[in-house]
Amino acid sequence: MLDQLPILQVIIPLLAAPLCLFLRKPRLVWMFTLIASAACFMISVLLLQQVASQGDILYSIGGWAGPLGIEYHIDELSAFVLLIITAMSTIVLFAANTSIQKEIPENRQVFFYILYLLSLAGMLGIVATGDAFNVFVFLEISSLSAYAMIALGKDRRALWAAFQYLVMGTIGATFILIGIGLMYEMTGTLNMADLAERLPEVADTRTIFAAFAFFIVGVCLKLALFPLHMWLPNAYAFAPSMVTAFLAATATKVAVYLLIRFTYSIFGISFSFTTLPLQEIFVALGLVGIFAASITAIYQTNVKHMLAYSSVAQVGYMIVGYSIGTTVGLMATLLHLFNHALMKGALFVALGAVMYRVGGVQLSSLNGLGRQMPYTMAGIVAGGLSLIGVPLTVGFVSKWYLVQAALETGWWPVAVLVLLGSLLAVIYIWRIVEAAYFKEPAEGATPVKEAPLTFLIPIWILVGANIYFGIDTRFSVDAARAASQSLFGISL
Amino acid sequence: MIMGLYNYWIVVILMMIGFYIVIAQGNLIKKIVGLNIFQTSVFILYISISKVDGGTAPILADGISKYSNPLPHVLILTAIVVGLATTALGLALAVRIKEAYGTIEEENIQMKDDEEC
Repeated sequence: MLDQLPILQVIIPLLAAPLCLFLRKPRLVWMFTLIASAACFMISVLLLQQVASQGDILYSIGGWAGPLGIEYHIDELSAFVLLIITAMSTIVLFAANTSIQKEIPENRQVFFYILYLLSLAGMLGIVATGDAFNVFVFLEISSLSAYAMIALGKDRRALWAAFQYLVMGTIGATFILIGIGLMYEMTGTLNMADLAERLPEVADTRTIFAAFAFFIVGVCLKLALFPLHMWLPNAYAFAPSMVTAFLAATATKVAVYLLIRFTYSIFGISFSFTTLPLQEIFVALGLVGIFAASITAIYQTNVKHMLAYSSVAQVGYMIVGYSIGTTVGLMATLLHLFNHALMKGALFVALGAVMYRVGGVQLSSLNGLGRQMPYTMAGIVAGGLSLIGVPLTVGFVSKWYLVQAALETGWWPVAVLVLLGSLLAVIYIWRIVEAAYFKEPAEGATPVKEAPLTFLIPIWILVGANIYFGIDTRFSVDAARAASQSLFGISL
Repeated sequence: MIMGLYNYWIVVILMMIGFYIVIAQGNLIKKIVGLNIFQTSVFILYISISKVDGGTAPILADGISKYSNPLPHVLILTAIVVGLATTALGLALAVRIKEAYGTIEEENIQMKDDEEC
């Protein structure tokens, strides 16, 4: 049983999805989905323990050993990302049932859970697999279900956002497919470990440069790196609240994982950063992304839009850490992966609660909510503080390591810019605080009650995690350090 | 150079045609058509890769020892299915957009969205 964990991780949500159709009743389906997701979470915890004690896990599908057969490969990095995804998906699901009752018509609720599970299966597959073509297939499973989930949004603009995301996402995925095809052409293998071995021999050819370029651009589209982020704000803003919470906490993380996996363990850091000028490009794009997206966020009137732009800025931080190209830099990126999932998860679930009670997430509809929904708004404030990077929250931890990594390499202007970027976050978070605590509710607006417990529990679990991992950093820092060291030490 | 690699040239030309249509056309159906051409070019790329000089179709038969590489064919079978799913979803969204907005022209949709804001 324990040997089968890597595949069970992917199979459980994949099989659970069609089974939902038989259960029919949304409430039953919700419980079933929650159990499936919780099972994945348990498995990822076990996997992390196994990897920590015994090293990498290799699993050959159907008993066909790699490199000919398809292999699943779990190392410190993938175990860490698997844990983030399954944990976030389970916590978000907890609130899902209440939230979608108001946001999705009853006859479509079951489909929401099916798409959710498929998307989860896709993401877990991307992270677990050790086969390059498998990555593409799982990527499309998770993306296609994400497009459909976004289109479930109540507003008609959700349809248009989903269509735009579909076009951009398909271009990105096809670019990745071209990249993988060209790699296969030159090496004759799709197994990641095998690719890593054979690529250096042919690294100096134009085909491999083209493969690398296609792949990187494709992944950057998926991870919404500035200036390829255009699909993200509308998709996040108009999707049902729980879809936003789920995608914001997981989808871009998976793309960052792919970027790290291919550049660090397959192409190798010297090819990615020395032969090609990826480092300079990424630092520049990351920093521009932080500023452009944060400044745009300040001017938004829809809070979901605001936080979506903030997500683009946070991806910028991850990319800056990644392109510093040292163990500490990569560690900062991985930490931010974890931390950003916690804070954006908390914020978007809390916004879901606001949506549930108030029916809108315009900045003006937050007016006076500080007194009417004290626990939810306190959750938003705590999440916001973490987003800014206030000490004693997780946001501080990752920025601390990021600045440290930049200073170590002597890139002090980068460190200064990262800190300045955080100040911009203060402005947009302040706009939420101002509306919630210092403005009176609009006249004639019916007073609303505090959000139900199904929201408050996940919000406060996430807020608690934001604070807990901000103080006791042992787990997250150790896991991120182990992952980043293994990427630098032994390649896959 | 040009003749020897002519299928790759076709791939590039098709790819650019498809890509251009996706970006330049405002009609959602045309966008999906462009996306299809774009994806099809990648299918041809994979099939071209699998060709072995002098090899025949990868079907076991007497007297034949040289086969083309069947793996890319299989990969592309999967990619075609993915392309199909994407097209179906894209068209379904286009239908819903037509119902909600009354148009499938990008400009008009954008205009109606801007009015709402």
